[in-house]
Amino acid sequence: MPFEDDLEARQAVLARVESWRRRAPKLADDTITMAHGAGGRAGQSLLEAVIRPAFSNPVLDALDDGAVLEVGDGRRLAVTTDAFVVTPRRFNGGSIGDLAVNGTINDLAAMGAEPVALTVSLVLEEGLEVEELRAIVDDVARAASAAGVPVVTGDTKVVERGAADGCYITTTGVGFVRPGTHLAAAAVRPSDALVLSGMIGDHGVAVMVARGDLALAADVASDTAPLHQLVSALLDAVPATRWLRDPTRGGVASTCNELAAASGLGVELDERALPVRGAVSGACELLGLDPLYIANEGKMLAVVPATDAETAVQAMRGCEAGADACVVGAVTDEHPGLVLVRTGFGGTRIVDMLVGDPLPRIC
Amino acid sequence: MKYVDEFRDPEAARRLLADIAEAAAEQPPRKFMEVCGGHTHAIYRHGIESLLPASIELIHGPGCPVCVIPMGRVDDAVAVACADGVTMCCFGDMLRVPGGDSTLLEAKARGADVRIVYSPLDALALAERNPDRQVVFLAVGFETTAPSTAVTLLQARERKVDNFSVFCNHVTIVPPLKAILDSPGLDLDGFLGPGHVSTVIGTHPYRFVPGQYGRPLVTAGFEPVDILQAVLMLLRQLADGRCEVENQYRRVVSGEGNRRALELLKEAFVVRPHFEWRGLGFIAQSALAIAPEFAPWDAELRYEVPGVRVADPKACQCGEVLKGALRPWECKVFGTACTPETPIGTCMVSSEGACAAYYNYGRYSSRSRIPVHAAGERG
Repeated sequence: MPFEDDLEARQAVLARVESWRRRAPKLADDTITMAHGAGGRAGQSLLEAVIRPAFSNPVLDALDDGAVLEVGDGRRLAVTTDAFVVTPRRFNGGSIGDLAVNGTINDLAAMGAEPVALTVSLVLEEGLEVEELRAIVDDVARAASAAGVPVVTGDTKVVERGAADGCYITTTGVGFVRPGTHLAAAAVRPSDALVLSGMIGDHGVAVMVARGDLALAADVASDTAPLHQLVSALLDAVPATRWLRDPTRGGVASTCNELAAASGLGVELDERALPVRGAVSGACELLGLDPLYIANEGKMLAVVPATDAETAVQAMRGCEAGADACVVGAVTDEHPGLVLVRTGFGGTRIVDMLVGDPLPRIC
Repeated sequence: MKYVDEFRDPEAARRLLADIAEAAAEQPPRKFMEVCGGHTHAIYRHGIESLLPASIELIHGPGCPVCVIPMGRVDDAVAVACADGVTMCCFGDMLRVPGGDSTLLEAKARGADVRIVYSPLDALALAERNPDRQVVFLAVGFETTAPSTAVTLLQARERKVDNFSVFCNHVTIVPPLKAILDSPGLDLDGFLGPGHVSTVIGTHPYRFVPGQYGRPLVTAGFEPVDILQAVLMLLRQLADGRCEVENQYRRVVSGEGNRRALELLKEAFVVRPHFEWRGLGFIAQSALAIAPEFAPWDAELRYEVPGVRVADPKACQCGEVLKGALRPWECKVFGTACTPETPIGTCMVSSEGACAAYYNYGRYSSRSRIPVHAAGERG
């Protein structure tokens, strides 16, 4: 039959594509485009071509969301920093102020660190109303206090009208990695389970609706929440947890691709197991988007040994932010570097890195 | 989700797959073309290719509206977007389509005001909110999206919005279908007919496919169960020695189509004598231009554009892919020089493009195909 004859030729092409895919991305552009900020390969190419060569050192070269520094006595200091430029600044379920606190706390949590303190730096555009700034700062204060992490220093700058869009916030977080915790992609093993702390896509869809340019009305609130307590509960229950990441920009799909690339293993997700709210899947269906690529701001993806999967789920469900936690997939050595989804009736498809973010400035 | 979940029901899919396996076992290998990019997308998105018996091959057709836009038209759109005071509105897919010089995304980075909209009416509303800007809507698509552009033109005229215009690239589905059927060495056993296009034009316009060319055609919906059922209907026609137009997508498609939408098209557009299709060349009477009564809202009359025909890059084999003569992975640059991030050809840009769909979703299916197929045979 003609189709069977193709198999070899097709596999040769696929092997060529895979090896091409693993090449370090090259920066081809002369100007910055929105694609460089979208968390895909364009962003990686910018990092590799411009940012990393300038600062290269062993800690930075790991290119994690934060850095871990040995500070004596066996103590490990975790540091992370993040800029927030979301538009609109307020949406159902939160504001740029909530994101600035929770986003940074969650980066620390994903490193296995207990947050100690935050810094907040504001860039304000001439013309921003003080009333709005007060509301944003109140959100920062409330979120920090709810998380039990103080804001200990900061900075404020003002730029001319048109030089920024209202208000940008940069937060830096410091904390200490829990003793005995060693989270690393290198620790991930085939057959490990992927545990997700809850529903996906809420934040991205809430921001989409708030933008109002989609003529969409859906009752979806951003999931922005601090996850350090959830991680604490998880690490208490499953000290053998291998790897953690909060799937923000680019969604669970991009996080799984990072995992596959960093571990040199494959990831297989089960489409039917992925928890998605009806309103979110409905909005995605209408807009032709895949909830797997939609941003979250209050979810944690954990890789744990398969035997600990149920314990991990129960530990997360014990926390408010993890009420819908479940196992969503597994690690495999069958297709290294690739993320596959098993579809509702047994077909498979590849889930690759995001190209061309449909919604820039989502956090 | 009502009207979605029942068409993604694994049980129904399993029953259909068993019937398909049974029907296929009694026939020679079959090649069916799905005309519509939406079908291509759904086939890969749900992993349908990996579930079908190996003797059935789905060939991807020309029905991806972004894929068929020639490079010269992209250059024209970039020229309009760069004109003084212009805000260009387009669907997101169009941003990354390469022209001869640049993409709209690159033009945006250089300072052009380019915005993504989800409907032409959003562009019209933008024009009304910004009377000091000239808002241009970049219209692409088959008869599916053309009625919404027509409605927008009508509203622009009614509300006298004179800072709004449309750069029209609407195309029609029947001429390229004919072009494919006329191409030498045609090796297709049947067609999965367009779904959304047929909600507008109905199924009657496809009668020439069985009538003149002796190939069965089944219009199909976009959910996995729709597509599987349409494949089964094609197999049964071939088994019974029938050759006709059948309609699987009855819940929205009728024989006559949507009369109101067709009237709108007649009112707002005229058929162009010819139009260039990416990879397929010039096809007579295959596209729509804005009707003379709406000339004030026609961006082609309002702005100077290069209007130059730009030859496709040598390495790019989009034309062969669009005609179904080449499978996406058989193109020389597939997945290496041409990827969704750095597309050379249009088929790699839109999520409905055969190459992008195959690259994003299907690359691995060759390995899973064999065991899943065996399971299908047992069923």
